[in-house]
Amino acid sequence: MDELNALFGGFAVALSAYHILLMVIGITLGVVIGVLPGLGGANGVAILLPLTFTMPPTSAIILLTSIYWGALFGGAITSILFNIPGEPWSVATTFDGHPMAQNGKADEALVGAFTASFVGAIFAVCLITFLAPVVAKFALKFGPAEFFAVQFLTFASFIGMGRGSPFKTIASMCLGFALASVGLDGVTGTLRMTFGQDELLNGFKFLVAVIGLFGIGEILCSMEDGLKFNGAAAKLRMDAVIRTWKQLPGMWLTFLRSCIVGCWMGITPGGATPASFMGYGIAKRLSKRGDNFGKGELEGVVAPETAAHAAGTAALLPMLTLGIPGSPTAAVLLGGLLIWGLQPGPLLFVEQKDFVWGLIASMYLGNVVGLIMVLTCVPFFAAILRVPFSIIAPAIVFVCAIGAFTVNNAMFDVWMMLVFGVLGYLFNKLRYPLPPLVLALVLGDQAESSFRQAMLVSQGNVGVFWSNWLCGGIMTLGLVMAFWPALQALRAKLSSNHAVARAA
Amino acid sequence: MSSNEETEERPLVSYRTLDIAVAIFFLVVAAIVITDSLRLGIAWKPNEGPQPGLFPFYIVVAMGLASLVNLAQALPHTPDGEKIATTIPGIKRMAAIFVPAVVFVLATNYIGIYVSAAIYIGAFMVFFGKFPVWKAAAVSLGIAIVNFMMFEVWFLVPLPKGPLETALGY
Amino acid sequence: MIRTGVSKTRTIAATLAASACLTSPAWAQQKWEPSKPVTLVIPAGTGGGADQMARFIQGVVQKHNLMKQPLIVINKAGGAGAEGFLEMKASANDPHKIAITLSNLFTTPLGTGSPFNWKDMKPVAMLALDQFILWTNSEKPYKTAKDYIDAVKAGDDRQFKMGGTGSKQEDQIVTAAVELQTGGKKFTYVPYAGGGQVAVQLVGNHVDSTVNNPIEAVGQWRAGQLRPLCIFDAQRSTYTAKVTEKEAWSDIPTCKESGLPVEYQMLRGIFTTKNTKPEQIAFYVDLLKKVMATPDWKEFMEKGAFNQTFMSGPEFEKWLTSAETLHSDLMKNAGFLATQ
Repeated sequence: MDELNALFGGFAVALSAYHILLMVIGITLGVVIGVLPGLGGANGVAILLPLTFTMPPTSAIILLTSIYWGALFGGAITSILFNIPGEPWSVATTFDGHPMAQNGKADEALVGAFTASFVGAIFAVCLITFLAPVVAKFALKFGPAEFFAVQFLTFASFIGMGRGSPFKTIASMCLGFALASVGLDGVTGTLRMTFGQDELLNGFKFLVAVIGLFGIGEILCSMEDGLKFNGAAAKLRMDAVIRTWKQLPGMWLTFLRSCIVGCWMGITPGGATPASFMGYGIAKRLSKRGDNFGKGELEGVVAPETAAHAAGTAALLPMLTLGIPGSPTAAVLLGGLLIWGLQPGPLLFVEQKDFVWGLIASMYLGNVVGLIMVLTCVPFFAAILRVPFSIIAPAIVFVCAIGAFTVNNAMFDVWMMLVFGVLGYLFNKLRYPLPPLVLALVLGDQAESSFRQAMLVSQGNVGVFWSNWLCGGIMTLGLVMAFWPALQALRAKLSSNHAVARAA
Repeated sequence: MSSNEETEERPLVSYRTLDIAVAIFFLVVAAIVITDSLRLGIAWKPNEGPQPGLFPFYIVVAMGLASLVNLAQALPHTPDGEKIATTIPGIKRMAAIFVPAVVFVLATNYIGIYVSAAIYIGAFMVFFGKFPVWKAAAVSLGIAIVNFMMFEVWFLVPLPKGPLETALGY
Repeated sequence: MIRTGVSKTRTIAATLAASACLTSPAWAQQKWEPSKPVTLVIPAGTGGGADQMARFIQGVVQKHNLMKQPLIVINKAGGAGAEGFLEMKASANDPHKIAITLSNLFTTPLGTGSPFNWKDMKPVAMLALDQFILWTNSEKPYKTAKDYIDAVKAGDDRQFKMGGTGSKQEDQIVTAAVELQTGGKKFTYVPYAGGGQVAVQLVGNHVDSTVNNPIEAVGQWRAGQLRPLCIFDAQRSTYTAKVTEKEAWSDIPTCKESGLPVEYQMLRGIFTTKNTKPEQIAFYVDLLKKVMATPDWKEFMEKGAFNQTFMSGPEFEKWLTSAETLHSDLMKNAGFLATQ
C-alpha cells in the first residue's frame, strides 16, 4: 500500500486553502477556454505559465492542470446549447446533447455531461494512482502497427451506425478522408492536393470543419425554420441535478464501458477525441436505448463525455512517464515542467515523488471542485438559451469566426468555415451523415501515417498487423466491430428462417 | 422578411435537384483528388509500401462510385424527391444571416474583426430582431469589447485588427 | 501585466527608450522599443525542440521583465513549417514579428519547393546549436558506434530501422549521411511526428536507433533505457556534470572518434522580418543577450547539451550562407530535393 501512503502524503500537500483557491481560478479559466472555440487549453496554460514561476512547482502544476479540467468540462457547454463543439472532443456530445437542448432538456444534458466527465476522470485518476508503472510499460508496446490497429478499431466501432443511405455514409466518410489528406504528407514530405496554393499547405483542420459543419450549419437550419431557436422556451428548474442523477445509475454499464475505452485511448495515445467517438459508437451499439441515439438520449451524452474525460486524464500519464504529450495542452504543460527543472520521463516518479503525488492528489481534488463549480452554474448556462435569437445568431457567427481564425491564424480558414457551414446545411437537409466525415477528418491523417510507417517497418508486408497478440487482437476486434451490423442482420435472418421453418 | 411573406412559402428547390447538385459536387471533388493522386503516384513500392497518392486515390474512387449511386438514386422523379427542400422565404431568412456573415468576414480584412463584428451584430439586431438602435449598439459594442479584452489583452491571442485598434496602440 | 493605459503606451515606450540610451551607447542616437506586442512565430508543432525553446524564451522574458510589451508565441507548423516562414515573408514590414528557426529553414524550401528562402527574413542572432546523438536501446548489445555500424554493415539492406522526426528533415539528413559510412547498406527510415515520440519508439524497440536531440531523449537515458553511442559534433560536449549516475554529456564520444566521420548540428536562431531597420534588430539582439545572461538559460542549455554559440550580424549571415550550401548539397546527394 505504498501508493495509498504516498497519495495521502499528496493530499496533505495539495489540500490547502491556497491550493483550493488556485483550483477555482484555474477551473474558471478552463471553462471559459472550453466554451470559446478560439481558445485552446494551450492558450490558457501558456498565459499563466509565466505567473507560476514564482510558485513552488506543485502549486504551479495544480493551477495549470485545473485549466485542463475546466476546459474538459467546458467543451460540453456550447456543444449542448448551440451545437458548436468548443473543443474537438465534444463533437460526439453534440449528437445527443443538442437534440436534448432542443427538446427543452438542456439542463439535464448539462448535468449529465458534467457528471459523466467527473466519473470518467476519477476512474482514470484511480488507474494512474495504482497502475502507473504497469500502464507506462504497456504504452511502450505501441509501435506504428499497434497505433493503426487502435485507429482502425475506432473507425470500426463507429461505422455502420447511421441510419439512411449507406452510399451517402460512404461518400461522407470518404470526403473526410480526402480533406484530411490535403497538405504536407508526413511520411514522404511531399505536398498533396495543394495545387500550388499556399493556403492549403496546412490542410483542412478538424476544428474549422467542425465549427462550420455544426455551428454555422445549425444556424442556417434554425434561420430557415424561422426565428425561433428551439429549446428557448424551456422552463428553468432548479432540481435539474437531482432529476438527472436519478436516471444515471441505470446507465452504469455505459459508464463502465466508456471509462475503459477512455483510459485505453488516453494511454495508447489515441487521445480524447477518438475516445469520445468510440465511447458513443459502442454505447449506441450495445445499449438498449441505442436506437434512440441521436434524438436526444441522456445516455448518448454520458457515453462520449465519460470516455473523453477519462482519456484526457489518462493522457497525462504518458506525458509524465514517457515525456510524450497527448495533446497541445499537455505539450505546453510539458514545457512548463522543463522550466521548473522537472524532467518528465521514467524517473519523474522516482525522483520527484512529492511533486507527482501532489499532482495526482490534485487531480482528485480538482475534479471534485470542478464538478461542484460547474453544477452550480447549470441554471446560468441554460439561461443563455433565453437570450433572443437575433443576438445569439450573429454572436455565434462571430465566435465561430474567431475560432476558425485562431486554428492557423489565417483568414482563409474563416472563409472555409463559411463554406463548411453551407455544406453542413446541405448535408443535414439531404441526410448525409456528418459524424463519419468528422471522424475521418480527425483520424484519417494519423491512420494513414501509422499504416505507412508500419509498412515501412515491415517492408510492405500487411501481415505485420497480425504479427503479435496485441496488434492482432485489436485488429480482429476491429473487424468484428466493422461487420457487427452485417452479423446481426445475418443472425436475425437465420433466426427468422428458423422460426419460419418451425412454423411450417 | 415581414410576416406576410412567410404566409406564401413559395417553393424554391426540390430535394431531387439538391440531391443531384450535391452528388455532382462529390464527383467534382473526386475528379480533382484523382488528378493530383495520379501525379503523386499510386503504386505500392517495394520496401516502402504505398506512395503518397495511393490512399487518397482509392478513397475518392470509392467516394466517386458511391456518389454515382447517389446520383442514380436521385435522378428518377419520385414523390419523395419532388418534396420541397426549401422555400423562397426560407432561403431569404438564411440569406439574412449568411450574406451579412460573408460581408463581415470580408470587412474583417480591412477594419479588423472586432469593429466588423460590432457592426454585424448591431445591424442584425436592428434589422432582424427589431431592437431599438441604442440597445443594439450597447449589446454589439459590449460583445466586441468583451472579446477584445479576452483575446487581445488577457489571452494575448492576436486576431485581425484594423485602423481603429492601430490608432489605440494595438 | 499589461495594465498600461492604451494611449499612453507610446509615451512610456519613448521614455524607456530615452532612459535605456545610457546603458547601450552603440545605438544611443536611435534606440527603438516595440510599440505593440511582439509575436514569436514557431514554424514547428507544439512540444518539439523549437517549441520548447520558444516557450522557454517567452517565460524568461516575462519572468525577468525584459521587455515592456508582451511576447506572444504562435505555432505555424503547416507544410513542415513553410506556413510560418511564408507568414514572415508576407509581413515584411512588421518589425513586431520574430521567428525561431530550426533546420527546416533550409530543408523545407528545398524539400517541398515552397517559395521561400532565409533571405526573405532578416537574421537576428544564433542562440545555440542543437546536437544530434546516435541512440540505441540499452538492451541491445551495441556499446559503441562502431559496434552498431558493424552490425548494420553485416545485416541485410534496410534491416535496421532508424526513427526520426519528419521526412526529408534534419533527422533523415543525418541518417543519409550515416548511410554513406555503412558500406552501401541503407536504413529503413521511419518518420514520426515528434522527437519525444521517436525516443519512446526506441525504448519500445519499434526502431533500432535514432538521432534524437539530447533534450528529447535525456529522460530515457537517465532511466537507463537508452544508450548514447556518439555525438555528431567535431568536439565532445563541454558539459561535465553527471547526467546519469556514471556519465556526463562530455563522456559521449564524438562520432568521428568512433570511426563514423559525420558531423551535423542544427541551428536554433531568431529571425525577424525583411524590412526591419538596424536599430530594431539591435533591440532584439540586445533582448536575446539579456535572455542568455539569465541563470535559467544556462540551466536550459546544460539540460539539453546545447552547443552554446552566439552569433549575430554579418558573421551570422556568413554562417547561414554556408549552412544553406551544405544542406543543399546534403539533400541533393540524398535525393531529397523537391521534384518539379
